[in-house]
Amino acid sequence: MKGATAEKDASMQKQKEMIAHHFSELARVKETRKKVVYTFVPGNLTELINHFGMLPVLPEINALQSGMRGKSAEYISIAEKAGHSEDVCTYVKTDIGMLRAGNIGPTGEPLPKPDLLLLSYTGCFTFLKWFELLREEYDCPVVMLHVPYQGDGEITQEMREYVSNQIRDVVIPEFERVSGVKYDPDRMKEQLQLSVRAEDDLVWVLNSARARPSPIDAWFGGVYYIGPMFTSFRGTQDAVDYYTMLREEVQDRLDQKLGPVTPDGPMREEKYRLVIEGPPNWTSFREFWRMFADEGAVIVASSYTKVGGLYDRGFRHNPDDPLGTMADYCMGCYTNLNFPQRTALLESYINDFSADGFLINSVKSCNSFSAGQLLILRELEKRTGRPGGFIESDLVDPRYFSAANIKNRLESYFQMIEARRKGATS
Amino acid sequence: MSTALAETSERLLALSRRAESLYDDLDLKAVAEWKSRGRSRKAIGFLPIYVPREIIHAAGALPVGLMGGADRVEIVRGDSYFQSYICHLPRSVIELAVGGRMDACDGFLFPSICDVIRNLSGMFKMLLPGKYVHYVDLPQNFDTALGGRFYKSEMKLIARDIGNLTGVEVTDDRLRASLAAYNENRVALRRLLHARRDRPWEVPTLDYYLLLRAGYMLPVEEHTAMVNEYVELAAQAGRPRMDNIRVAVRGAFCEQPPLGLLRTLERAGCYVVDDDFVLGSRFIEQDLDVHGDPWDALAQGFMHHSLPAASKYDQRRTKHADFVKRVRDYRADGVIFMAPSFCDPALLEQPMLQKALEDAGIPFTAFKYSEDTGQFQVIREQAGTFADALKLWGNA
Repeated sequence: MKGATAEKDASMQKQKEMIAHHFSELARVKETRKKVVYTFVPGNLTELINHFGMLPVLPEINALQSGMRGKSAEYISIAEKAGHSEDVCTYVKTDIGMLRAGNIGPTGEPLPKPDLLLLSYTGCFTFLKWFELLREEYDCPVVMLHVPYQGDGEITQEMREYVSNQIRDVVIPEFERVSGVKYDPDRMKEQLQLSVRAEDDLVWVLNSARARPSPIDAWFGGVYYIGPMFTSFRGTQDAVDYYTMLREEVQDRLDQKLGPVTPDGPMREEKYRLVIEGPPNWTSFREFWRMFADEGAVIVASSYTKVGGLYDRGFRHNPDDPLGTMADYCMGCYTNLNFPQRTALLESYINDFSADGFLINSVKSCNSFSAGQLLILRELEKRTGRPGGFIESDLVDPRYFSAANIKNRLESYFQMIEARRKGATS
Repeated sequence: MSTALAETSERLLALSRRAESLYDDLDLKAVAEWKSRGRSRKAIGFLPIYVPREIIHAAGALPVGLMGGADRVEIVRGDSYFQSYICHLPRSVIELAVGGRMDACDGFLFPSICDVIRNLSGMFKMLLPGKYVHYVDLPQNFDTALGGRFYKSEMKLIARDIGNLTGVEVTDDRLRASLAAYNENRVALRRLLHARRDRPWEVPTLDYYLLLRAGYMLPVEEHTAMVNEYVELAAQAGRPRMDNIRVAVRGAFCEQPPLGLLRTLERAGCYVVDDDFVLGSRFIEQDLDVHGDPWDALAQGFMHHSLPAASKYDQRRTKHADFVKRVRDYRADGVIFMAPSFCDPALLEQPMLQKALEDAGIPFTAFKYSEDTGQFQVIREQAGTFADALKLWGNA
């Protein structure tokens, strides 16, 4: 990223420092004797892990960072040589390959082994197999937190009790045993109050994209904005400070009617406002972003930035009901919504954010997102009358990122929007 | 051939043909015919692997297993809903559904097994808005007070919904009677499975498979009678024993192999003595208690007496040992992993099971298929080479 950009985004520097500190803490666990919990992003119990003084490690984040650092091809190859099918999720294979290659984290130091695997499998069946595979490698306990799917588009009382009772009767006792720390409801309440403050500011930032021009890119940029909230920092003062800082920066851009900051600096002209479904590609993230930025295309809302919670639709952690609110949080994540809910959400984004159209980035690795997306595409075109586009890539397998093919499709798609505009005005 | 033997063979052939005609009945004519015999009769389709069919039965409806279209459906619309890297089963299921060939079903249950089947449930909600569609969240916590309690609430919800369709309330007594009917079916299927285990030449793989599939179309009582008759007759048929190896097959629990693939395995010199085909048909291994709380019995059956499956969390961490024990109990010489392409649960499970076999010194081979695979020569060569190697060198 250009120097000017880095200087402007103090929040980005703050986030970098938070992440660096976290990895530094992970590197020091032998001396600090802090316990390490591996878990997943959707429906994570970050406040609870932090409550017990433990440190979370998120294998999906390791995998996507490996993709961004150009390491995933090697790791996937290691996993495939070890017998993992070319057909399956490349996050899993990247993680397994990384493990076999020494489990070196982004700081260049080995990540510590887990003291506990928290299998909070929300919205993704592959998580189940992923941790069954990981526990073959580590001699540590596993806690399963079964989070029911919103098959009928609602969270019933029975579902809520099931999840909160598991947290009460299984997760917390195991956390207490591993960490040696007792659960303190009053302290948890304080943590959740911090969560809410950060959540409010994140929502404000996401909703800023309703403005023209949008001061943010809610997908490429959005993945940075959701970072602290979806990973290790929710419920901390650091997260509150980060989102306060971010909000001020975005307010500043709004006041100046500036577009989002892109890899090549602030975007000059907003030509296309798009809603996007699906995760990004990580191996060619910057190149991918430029394909949009060069065309003046801004993502004004995305589903991927909701995998760690639908705060923008009103959810906030409730400090007065810690276990119930954690259950609601887990079940409310985007990939835990059923298809009609997902489609309705995207439809509302297209309308609420005045999008010119919507795109689906269909990633090979993620059936949770991808299976059936073509129906969403048709349905959204029918409901909104706005053009839909479809591109295909993968999360971290560079073999499935064809830049020329994607660029061609995007160019055709932008031409289609132009044609519709001309048709509308003629 | 004596007259008695000829009559036995003829009757076996008739049973096999009947089962095959049900397998071929992609338009669910048999289901429509069953429904036509009573105005309140309803049919509930379900996807792999497992749903508690006893509840559907107790509500006076017919459970119908929807296992895809195999190689007998030309996919025209189905491919337009799924990317190339999604398995084949949902394509044929959608093809049949949007083509009106599942119209005999009044509702659909989608058990939790993988993200594709999960999403398919929502697609059905959108594509078939007039039909009852429900995602069955099977518990992954196996504590009675947690997963068991949740599962009971889930089952009661299904019972209420299907009861509303049929107008028949699922009372405890009705459910107990259904448990008893399925217990008899479990007994019959165990006889069939044990015949395969002990005398695989008596029950060809194809017949065995078609009998399992027939249970997904017929009323349970009729299926039980069919299986019992087949097993009794097969024991008297004097079918010749071939010089085949004994194999266990894993990976085929959801998208089913085409019949040609099953024929190929046997022709390549493999008796399939243990498998996970049509796994939901015998998912609960033990008979369920018909005297106590029937909901508890169903919950206990799933949580503590069901077969291992890639979609079920291995909470007790006994996956390796259980698998090796099972292979040895069934006296399999080796294992064939045959999973559908792009099947995440099966293909992610496979390295773990292979490691267990390696540690136990049990040979295995692996390939992939899809339900519409049409070329079997390569598979025949691979399975044949595996069989020959085991015959020549055993486990060496």
